[in-house]
Amino acid sequence: MTEKNTTSRLLGPVAALMRDNARQYGMAIALVAIIVLFQILTGGLLLRPLNVTNLIMQNSYILILAIGMMLVIVTGHIDLSVGSVVAFTGAVSAIMLNSWGLPTPVVVPSALLLGALIGAWQGFWIAYVRVPAFIVTLAGMLVFRGATLAVLGGESIAPLPTSLRVLASGFLPGSDGDGLHLPTLLLGAAGAAVLVWIQWRSRNRSLGYGLPVPPRAVTAATSVVTTAAIMAFAHVLADYNGLPVVGLLLIALIAGYSFVMRSTTAGRRVYAVGGSEQAAALSGIRTRRTTFWVFVNMGVLSSLAGVVFTARLNAATPGAGTMFELDAIAAAFIGGASATGGVGTVVGAVIGALVMGVLNNGMSLIGLGVDWQQLIKGLVLLMAVAFDIYNKRRGSVGRVSRTRPPAEAAAPAERGNPVGTAAD
Amino acid sequence: MTAEPLLLMRGIRKEFPGVRALDDVSLDVGHGRIHALMGENGAGKSTLMKVLSGVHQAGSYEGEILMDGRPCAFTGVADSERAGIAIIHQELALVPQLSISENVFLGHERSRYGIVDWGATHAEARALLRRVGLDENPATPVSELSVGAQQLVEIAKALAKRVRLLILDEPTSALNERESTRLLDLLLDLRDQGVACILISHKLNEVVRVCDEVTILRDGRTVETLTVADGLDEDRVIRGMVGRDLDQRHPPRVGGVGEVRFEVRDWTVDHPTQAGRRVVDGVDLTLRAGEVVGMAGLMGAGRTEFAMNLFGRSYGRYVRGALFRDGGELRTDDVSRAVRGGVAYVPEDRKGLGLVLDDDIRRNTTLAALHRVSDHGVVDPGRETVETARVIDRMRVRSHGPTQTVRTLSGGNQQKVVLGKWMFTRPELLILDEPTRGIDVGAKYEIYLIIRQLAAEGACVLLISSELPEILGMCDRIYTMCEGRITGEVPGESADQETLMRLMTRTGEHP
Repeated sequence: MTEKNTTSRLLGPVAALMRDNARQYGMAIALVAIIVLFQILTGGLLLRPLNVTNLIMQNSYILILAIGMMLVIVTGHIDLSVGSVVAFTGAVSAIMLNSWGLPTPVVVPSALLLGALIGAWQGFWIAYVRVPAFIVTLAGMLVFRGATLAVLGGESIAPLPTSLRVLASGFLPGSDGDGLHLPTLLLGAAGAAVLVWIQWRSRNRSLGYGLPVPPRAVTAATSVVTTAAIMAFAHVLADYNGLPVVGLLLIALIAGYSFVMRSTTAGRRVYAVGGSEQAAALSGIRTRRTTFWVFVNMGVLSSLAGVVFTARLNAATPGAGTMFELDAIAAAFIGGASATGGVGTVVGAVIGALVMGVLNNGMSLIGLGVDWQQLIKGLVLLMAVAFDIYNKRRGSVGRVSRTRPPAEAAAPAERGNPVGTAAD
Repeated sequence: MTAEPLLLMRGIRKEFPGVRALDDVSLDVGHGRIHALMGENGAGKSTLMKVLSGVHQAGSYEGEILMDGRPCAFTGVADSERAGIAIIHQELALVPQLSISENVFLGHERSRYGIVDWGATHAEARALLRRVGLDENPATPVSELSVGAQQLVEIAKALAKRVRLLILDEPTSALNERESTRLLDLLLDLRDQGVACILISHKLNEVVRVCDEVTILRDGRTVETLTVADGLDEDRVIRGMVGRDLDQRHPPRVGGVGEVRFEVRDWTVDHPTQAGRRVVDGVDLTLRAGEVVGMAGLMGAGRTEFAMNLFGRSYGRYVRGALFRDGGELRTDDVSRAVRGGVAYVPEDRKGLGLVLDDDIRRNTTLAALHRVSDHGVVDPGRETVETARVIDRMRVRSHGPTQTVRTLSGGNQQKVVLGKWMFTRPELLILDEPTRGIDVGAKYEIYLIIRQLAAEGACVLLISSELPEILGMCDRIYTMCEGRITGEVPGESADQETLMRLMTRTGEHP
């Protein structure tokens, strides 16, 4: 007891700050720590422009899957079939291209449609027949792996047309070997400008409602840091071949899905269904329909990952996508999703996927074998979730006790104060 | 009473980081006495009981606990159980899939060399069930029992551990009148057999009926201990709990009753899985603008079933019936349609059905009316925060503000958030299902005030409640229900508990 008291007195304010922010920023900090660690261990190889570009390309399909998986996990379900769906949609795309001779602009939308149909099939059983997602997608894992073997006849299809391969290994136009890639820098500047604009706009809107906002200097500092980070990243990419095509796709997906999940009523409904399906239903949300569409979405993203992976491999193989589901699930959980549903963010899933990706890449660079890589990734997953749970428990105890003093609780004083300290 | 009391707690202090939950609390319970522990939610009752039962281990609090005059330092629940203390929580701790016998002897099975002696188990379980007055086969799975029966199983389980001091935390909050009476009678029987009891309760009438003493806690301190035999003054108890006078337990009505706005005709519902079993049978009712209409009935009378089916077919199988608003039929085939039609339903189970516990007040408040804080499907966080702050003010929710997680609010404040959420849909017909269950006196009064205010603004309120004083104190008109039928309609001012009880138990005949 005395020991506890001493520590809490010494670390009180620091611990409180850590606790309140650790949940949001914990994994981001861990990601930075892992990057720094491997940057040192690899003697600077990790952040070389070539390697950064490789990192994006190698992890693109897992990132795409992790975004969809986050939505599935937020609704309180799981999808074990994504690896098989990646293989199947990749195989069908390859057949459409090579055997039927269809052009890429036709094949890609067709593959996405196929993914939507697969998602609808699984969503139907999960949402309307109420078979547990674990069972439905376990079945899907077997069914679509089997279907892949069947359509490929057990053999690979390769090589594939360049028009498809551009998707996974191409770069934005304008790269002519030497010098910095100008379009990438311009894109970076545009992206930074948009983010800065959003930050100030949201600050002004809060002011308009008389809500507390951070001081002008804090927002300005945030803007500077954001711009610097984006430009540094753009510079690294521009130093090699510029932004990969798949990188642009990822940025669009991350921005789009973050917006939907954070700011739209549709996103709200997904969170509410995962948080309490019954409460959501009694609030007028069509919970079954919501669940159904989340699985349709997962199907579409799986097929997109399938196309990208097939394009990257320049081949459709029967064993493609094996274990992808586990990487995507691990990414979502490392990124802060709750196994009971209702909690998780798109950016979290992306960070989770990057943690896994950087670990993979970094350990390969320093020559660690697959055996050690798997072992370490497994432990990282366990530790990340355990840390989150430990943290949540402490956080909630702290908050319960803080609700007690009535004088403090009764007056939500900060409201109406235009320049308070803490905004959302 | 023997010289040494059974339990003596002296100068108990317990701190959590940043807050003193208990401050110099004392409690003594004599042999074979029933001692009530009363206080508002958050007054420290549960913490005190956790100290007593060893959940908060010796050393984590100050003060002393004596059993039969001997000091005790419990290091865990198992330790306090060995001393003869058993605690029965509001959320029952039974394993639903296991049988009654298995549950009764869970953790201390009747066994030899690790092999369960089923003969002894069932025989002893049968004897214990007889002692608690539960007429059930010990092999029955607990999941098939009613909540009331499950509670008796919990008591049997405590008796199997040779309990001397039984702690019950709001045992009757989920029971109907009949089951409550039975449970309280059992406590009296056990008292006569020498089992003392600490009863945490919000209900004055049951305290008066069975308890010998009452200790009142407020803000972590003992206010006073009263002897029931001296005549318990209800006002004094309430004053002690809330620390101020409540001249009335129900606020007076303001404004008159207007025209008929809503009308239900012949509403009939079947059980969701058992085909052909009627749970609601031909319910007819009318609701006027500004009127608070009561729906009284025992548990299982079909009130919740009716309300939930009316509200977007959320329970059971709709058979027939129509809802009219201002003379025109209002379809409520699904919840969103009902909400758009101005109907709101505040469910009985606020944690399970009313709230998304891990979300903050803001997200919960706007969930049923997101269109009010969004444009083209995009939520405006500023508008949402401002509107939520307004709801928090109006509902008098005690919180840090719109971003506090609702799980961390007290029961009364959670209920206010649920009410606020439905207020935010601007309802014209508000159905409240047991809106004050498990809520302390002060918060109850505030909820009554809110109901009055809504009615004064012209909304129709249908108040479903098992507490007759609440129905009588709040309602302009009262319907009684029994076995799925409306069995009576009485004006509020001329109703009394006896009349209602008679109507609520009028089975097997048409009104």
